[in-house]
Amino acid sequence: MNTSSRYHAWRKIKNLTMSGVSFACAIVVIAPLGLVLFYLIAAGAGAIDWHFLTQLPKPVGETGGGMANAIVGTLALLGLASLIGVPVGVLGGVYLSEYSGERMNWWIRFGADVLNGVPSIVWGIVAYTLVVVPLKGFSAYAGGAALGFMMIPLIIRTTEEVLLLVPNGYREAALALGIPRWRINLQIVMKTALRGIVTGVLLAGARIAGETAPLLFTAFGNRFWTHHLKDPIAALPLQIFTYAISPYDDWHRQAWAGALVLILMIFLINIGVRALTRGRFSGATR
Amino acid sequence: MNASVAVTQPRREGAALKTKDSQSLPLTRLATPGGKETTPRGTPVSEVAFEVDNLSCWFGQHQAVQDLSLQIPARAVTAIIGPSGCGKSTFLRSLNRMHELVRGSRLSGQIRLFGENIYGPRIDPTLIRRRVGMVFQKSNPFPTMSIRENVTVGLRLNGVRNRVALEERMERALRMAALWEEVKDHLDRPGTSLSGGQQQRLCIARALAVQPDVLLMDEPASALDPIATTKIEELIQELKKDYTIVIVTHNMQQAARCSDYTAFFYMGRLIECDKTDKVFTNPSNKQTEDYVSGRFG
Amino acid sequence: MERHFDQELADLKENLLRMAAFTEQSLAQALKALVQRDDALAKKVDADDAVLDKLEIEIDDRCVKLLALRQPTATDLRFITMAMRLSGELERIGDQAVNIAHRAEELNREPLLKPLVDIPRMADHAQGMIHNSLDAFVYAKPNLAREVIKRDEKVDLLNRQLHRELTSFMIEDPHTITRCLNLMSVAHNLERIADHATNIAEDIVYLYEGRDIRHQNELMTP
Repeated sequence: MNTSSRYHAWRKIKNLTMSGVSFACAIVVIAPLGLVLFYLIAAGAGAIDWHFLTQLPKPVGETGGGMANAIVGTLALLGLASLIGVPVGVLGGVYLSEYSGERMNWWIRFGADVLNGVPSIVWGIVAYTLVVVPLKGFSAYAGGAALGFMMIPLIIRTTEEVLLLVPNGYREAALALGIPRWRINLQIVMKTALRGIVTGVLLAGARIAGETAPLLFTAFGNRFWTHHLKDPIAALPLQIFTYAISPYDDWHRQAWAGALVLILMIFLINIGVRALTRGRFSGATR
Repeated sequence: MNASVAVTQPRREGAALKTKDSQSLPLTRLATPGGKETTPRGTPVSEVAFEVDNLSCWFGQHQAVQDLSLQIPARAVTAIIGPSGCGKSTFLRSLNRMHELVRGSRLSGQIRLFGENIYGPRIDPTLIRRRVGMVFQKSNPFPTMSIRENVTVGLRLNGVRNRVALEERMERALRMAALWEEVKDHLDRPGTSLSGGQQQRLCIARALAVQPDVLLMDEPASALDPIATTKIEELIQELKKDYTIVIVTHNMQQAARCSDYTAFFYMGRLIECDKTDKVFTNPSNKQTEDYVSGRFG
Repeated sequence: MERHFDQELADLKENLLRMAAFTEQSLAQALKALVQRDDALAKKVDADDAVLDKLEIEIDDRCVKLLALRQPTATDLRFITMAMRLSGELERIGDQAVNIAHRAEELNREPLLKPLVDIPRMADHAQGMIHNSLDAFVYAKPNLAREVIKRDEKVDLLNRQLHRELTSFMIEDPHTITRCLNLMSVAHNLERIADHATNIAEDIVYLYEGRDIRHQNELMTP
């Protein structure tokens, strides 16, 4: 091995160069994110005020108004979607990780991965067929269903991955105590992986919160407050879309504000859920 | 000049003399199995805890245990020794029906626990596992639970709700595992905050809390330092007064120190099973002799 | 930390001491049989020796098992190996006591040759040496053991003295030959007993200091 100082210097230079290149790549990746966020704040922050957050949209042509119904609508749709997506997704993930056999596993995973790649508008069509047609109208239920169906494959995969990370030793120890299988999965394995599962759910929630296409003909949008869930409901992405393609500057401004509000909302939900599920002792995973 | 030579007096504590009429001066014996009529769970104790008849275990095509027959005496420590891959862990796991949890596993033969066939058609494996507890090589206290919750998990998750009963069982289990004094002031700390040796004793307490009849130990001290190992070995000597213990170990000296009976396995077969002092001073089988003298391989 | 092994070692020590007490008693009775010309006592000593033999076997067996099962080190190891040697020495002392008893029975067939002077003196020494070496064992006093080793000389001296005296007896009067030979035999037995006590003392020094002082000319005092 050549231990001369020249060789050493050359190795140092190589090291520094590669570190620099990695750093530059990281910047290249993060920079657009930062720029988008910055632009969003710059463009939208100005338009957010109390009116924006509490008033309904004004009729065409009038300035002012807000997106209160859209904000509430998005929250409602998220809630409905979670009701469908979270139980099915999490329990499906538990089944994949704890119960099913080799062949089944492969098929379910394959199916979930395929579904993850399906264009979101297709989910809208599915929900249209399953909910809008029988109910003979657009509704919050339909929107929630569309978004919920989208969440399922996402949550199944993330839950399964996180559960697989739980060391087998815990399952064995619990089995050796004579605890029934379902209890082990619920109160030991899932509890250990809870933070990871929550992360997965939040990720799925963040993904669907911004979806517009599936809501186009399921939730449909609403200029006024929705009083029954079987009526059409407003949602931030829909409202942003409508405003953004309009010719009015005021509406453009409000569209930016709406986008910012959407991002802030997701951010707050994230923090809130994490704070609530912060256990005394962190589990084994993420 | 002293014409009469005095008979010397007995020297000191306990050295009381017997006269020529009692030909045998009883020597204090090493502890032998014996004791109460029932196990802590209330199962009446016969001399034999496990009767194994022609047991064979497979993992898919590979046969790990071949036609093994053995008796494991109650209220004693039986050690199972042998080189790696000889089937000792597989055998141990067949005693509490954990072998069948492995995909592709198969088993034939009969195992009777205090007379009852544990693989009978209507037997619930979960109930067997409550009667036959297990401690693993790597200590695994549940990370999301405190020390208190860890010890009582076997009771709570099987439906026991009574707070007072749980506290009492927890204290008893921790005392039996020689851990009470060290943790009694911080029972609410996480189970994983203890040292390696303490964690293993916590796992033992957890297993004891459900009051099994038998305690299986799969190389319980192999991941521990010498002092922690000695504590576990001393603990085993105490526990055998109430529990039947089967310990698998690759450390022969540990088997020599801890156990009353030793079984030597090789390539899935039982080569010899006898009292430990015989196996280590004068084994009947040449293979056994080679193994315990370290001449194997 | 209290170990179960400690209890086993304590039991072994207790058994050794029991054997020692029995040995001392056996010797004392043999000497009493000699001095008081008591045949019955002599026969008793002979019969009781079986107990000592049995004890030696049991203690040795226990020691082997402890070595195999407990892998002792340091003091524990020296103690167990010394215990095996000690049981052997004690058993041989017992055998010598039986020999003395036999000689006593022989001597009782004929009238007393002369008042016993040197033999009781030798007996005193021998018994004292056994007693002190066992004390050194129990109270962990290796220097006391060294005293015992020094005392062996006196016993050897007395033996030689008695030898000369009895030889002159025999030359003077051939009718005393049987009795003199028996008495010389007793003296020889006592001298052997003192040697055994010396061996025990050397073992005690090894136990407590880890130094083997056998066959040395000096006592290697620390």
